[in-house]
Amino acid sequence: MDALEIARWQFGITTVYHFMMVPLTIGLGLVVAVIQTLWYRTGKPEYLRMTKFWGKLFLINFIMGVATGIVQEFQFGMAWSEYSRFVGDVFGAPLAMEALLAFFVESTFLGLWIFGWKQLKPGVHLACLWVAVIGSVFSAYFIIVANSWMQHPVGVEMVNGRPVMTDAWAVFTNNTALVAVPHTLFGALAVAGGFLLGIAWYHLWRRRHDGIDTIGADGKVIPGEAAGILGRDRADHTVWIRSLRIGAVVAMISFAGTAVTGDLQGKLMFEQQPMKMAAAEAACHDGTGFSVLSVGNVGAKNCDDIVAVIEVPGILSFLAKGDFTTEVKGVNSLLDEYQAKYGTTLPDNPIYGDRAGQQIQYVPVMEVTYWGFRMMIGFGGVAALAALVALWATRKGTVPASRGLMRLAVFGILAPFGANAAGWIFTEMGRQPFVVAPNPDPSGIDQVFMFTAAAVSPGVSAGEILTSLVVLTSIYAVLLVVEVKLLVKYIRGGVASAMPELAHAPVDENEDGTPRGGPGKPDDDVLAFAY
Amino acid sequence: MELLPTIWFVAIAVLWTGYLFLEGFDLGVGMLMKVFARNNTERRVLINTIGPVWDGNEVWLLTAGGATFAAFPLWYASLFSALYLPLLLVLVALIFRAVAFEYRGKVDNPRWRARWDWAIAAGSFVAAFGVGAALALTTTGLPLDANGDREGGPFAWFSGYAVLGGFAVVGFSLLHGLGFLALKTDGEVRHRARAWFVRLLPVLLLPIAGWAVSLQLLSGEAWTIAAVVAAVVAAVLAWNFARKDAEGRAFLSLGAFLLLGSASIFGAAFPVVLPSTLDPAFNLTVSNASSSDYTLGLMGIVACIGLPLVLAYQAWTYWVFRRRVSAAHIPEAHSFLPAIAAKALAPKD
Repeated sequence: MDALEIARWQFGITTVYHFMMVPLTIGLGLVVAVIQTLWYRTGKPEYLRMTKFWGKLFLINFIMGVATGIVQEFQFGMAWSEYSRFVGDVFGAPLAMEALLAFFVESTFLGLWIFGWKQLKPGVHLACLWVAVIGSVFSAYFIIVANSWMQHPVGVEMVNGRPVMTDAWAVFTNNTALVAVPHTLFGALAVAGGFLLGIAWYHLWRRRHDGIDTIGADGKVIPGEAAGILGRDRADHTVWIRSLRIGAVVAMISFAGTAVTGDLQGKLMFEQQPMKMAAAEAACHDGTGFSVLSVGNVGAKNCDDIVAVIEVPGILSFLAKGDFTTEVKGVNSLLDEYQAKYGTTLPDNPIYGDRAGQQIQYVPVMEVTYWGFRMMIGFGGVAALAALVALWATRKGTVPASRGLMRLAVFGILAPFGANAAGWIFTEMGRQPFVVAPNPDPSGIDQVFMFTAAAVSPGVSAGEILTSLVVLTSIYAVLLVVEVKLLVKYIRGGVASAMPELAHAPVDENEDGTPRGGPGKPDDDVLAFAY
Repeated sequence: MELLPTIWFVAIAVLWTGYLFLEGFDLGVGMLMKVFARNNTERRVLINTIGPVWDGNEVWLLTAGGATFAAFPLWYASLFSALYLPLLLVLVALIFRAVAFEYRGKVDNPRWRARWDWAIAAGSFVAAFGVGAALALTTTGLPLDANGDREGGPFAWFSGYAVLGGFAVVGFSLLHGLGFLALKTDGEVRHRARAWFVRLLPVLLLPIAGWAVSLQLLSGEAWTIAAVVAAVVAAVLAWNFARKDAEGRAFLSLGAFLLLGSASIFGAAFPVVLPSTLDPAFNLTVSNASSSDYTLGLMGIVACIGLPLVLAYQAWTYWVFRRRVSAAHIPEAHSFLPAIAAKALAPKD
């Protein structure tokens, strides 16, 4: 493998890994903020417990997103210096704004939230979480603006062979970004919904299994208490059933949201990146049908190898254009167009190194685009359907006693993660061979595109990039194990694991209910909550 | 000299100075976890002094990097790609350090804690050293060709200046961390930190002074040399204040030292942002490495709005958590009986 391929693997691995943490951070952050708001307004103790428990898991995950996010920013310059030089004038701005206007807010106010339980008034403390969460949404916006410019460059002019920003408004209201942002946010909420649903199901199941909750003659649950286990009381049942329902509702709403925004994205993709659309369908010939299942080798460039087993006529047209009769161009006719417009071989330019003169592969890796597209929709749909079933199955106040169903709910947590990853892999791999895809719109800008083959750092050796690939991937693997281990520990711990005050309340209070230990100890719990 | 690129050069110097001032003390406190703290309670005191703020401080690094990308893409591309392996080490260090702060207290087990303590201490050291080396090299030069790409292989960046810059930021951060602990803790830790601050100040500031002076020899001007002299005065003041138990003033004086020192370094380097050691014609400068005036203007407006806001709410954070932390504040580790005993997922029980 040469430096280019290794660098692509590294970027892909880092990005997909980073984007396992990020959707959970964004989605769970929003959910915890809503729950804490409920607590603030109603004062009900179960909402405080939910805030603390889900907040703890949120923080365990948040830090991993932070740690891997730094790699994201550095590796543009490290491994993709030609890319950075080419796009810096327009691409650097949203990245810098992300740090200055969003990530600062997120990090600072999250610190205030973690440590400020006692130092801040409840309303201010809650506001800090909201500000942090809104910061994370803005963070997503700026990053997607940057990414969308790679999918659909706008707002620039070519000056001395480099795109120069001339219209910031166009860059920051790129229609590609305006639909990708809500799509990504709904995707993040879907992750949070599944997370709440699976974990709450596990706890409810275990309460039944341990004989704490029983079923009455009318089939309804009778919540009970476990003597000797802190926090395993009646309120604990409320915590989990409410979390489960919130999770299920969030999962369903967010699936609907991803479907609507995804449909808008499909229509833009048809206009802006027709080859990606054709590759999503592995369609060699022009047509209107959407294949639910194709057999044969979808990666083969020979169309006779691909046979659509189940094909629904008209659906592809609907995805692309909103009617049932538009012919969507297949790979074959697009290939001719792309070759006519952008050449058949990589230009004889030193930035291509040994790759100059090579044949340009305009067709993305279709195994990836075809199945990535279907995995995204499939995982998302299955999770939403499961959420609906879960709501119905828990209508009497608890989950069925079945161990198999419990396992399904727990492993179902992974489905929205899979949908997110598949969607991003599809959209990034589908853009190849371009790192900046050309804007085919007649009003688009000539020559503003870049082949991925030209983007890699010319001065960096394959050995260096391979070193970083091996080092970072190993660290990611180890840290993933650590994170999951910690999450499992705190999930099993239940609410008491996130609430030292639950443990210390009876011990630390004098008979009149005032804290024992004098004025020196008022924020014991706060420090224990944090570090 | 073009106006907007010059302003942005100053802005980036300010961002790096802000980073070194803020993250400087939390990198220092991180390194002190191993060499200064004597037991677990003291380590928790140390961590809790920076707990609410270290992540916000680290964003200054991301902002400095992002702003360099936006304002001087050619500088960003050449510097980051030329320093591939050292920056990889910095990334690894920052990853472990961040995760360690959050995870250290999550399992009540001495071996678990000891591992993360090492991650914090070593991570802080490597991050400080790497950032210092990179900053020193961007002022003294790298073997870059006409396109701005490094020649001479993966280790061609190495020079005495890399080591000097590395120790400069490590030394400054250690001292700044001691000053911060003296300011933010109480009891035994506070007194020891102050004593160490007074005793170690001359040694710990030596490398950064060496870096500033060598840059004056390379390309100093009258005002930058004056800044070096003023920085030395500020360091003497810091030492004197610390001796007299005026921790706040000592801390601010060291801040003034950093500000003056960094002005002398960036001022002497200006207008070159990254010299080429192969041929001065390949130097990246404020004018040939910058973005268009349109982008610089846009980013200027954003920075004029964003940066004061950041300073305001970060200052508010320090106000909220102004109380000194002492060993007496550190509660017992939180132990709990899990609601679900381990192995609940096992097939039969």
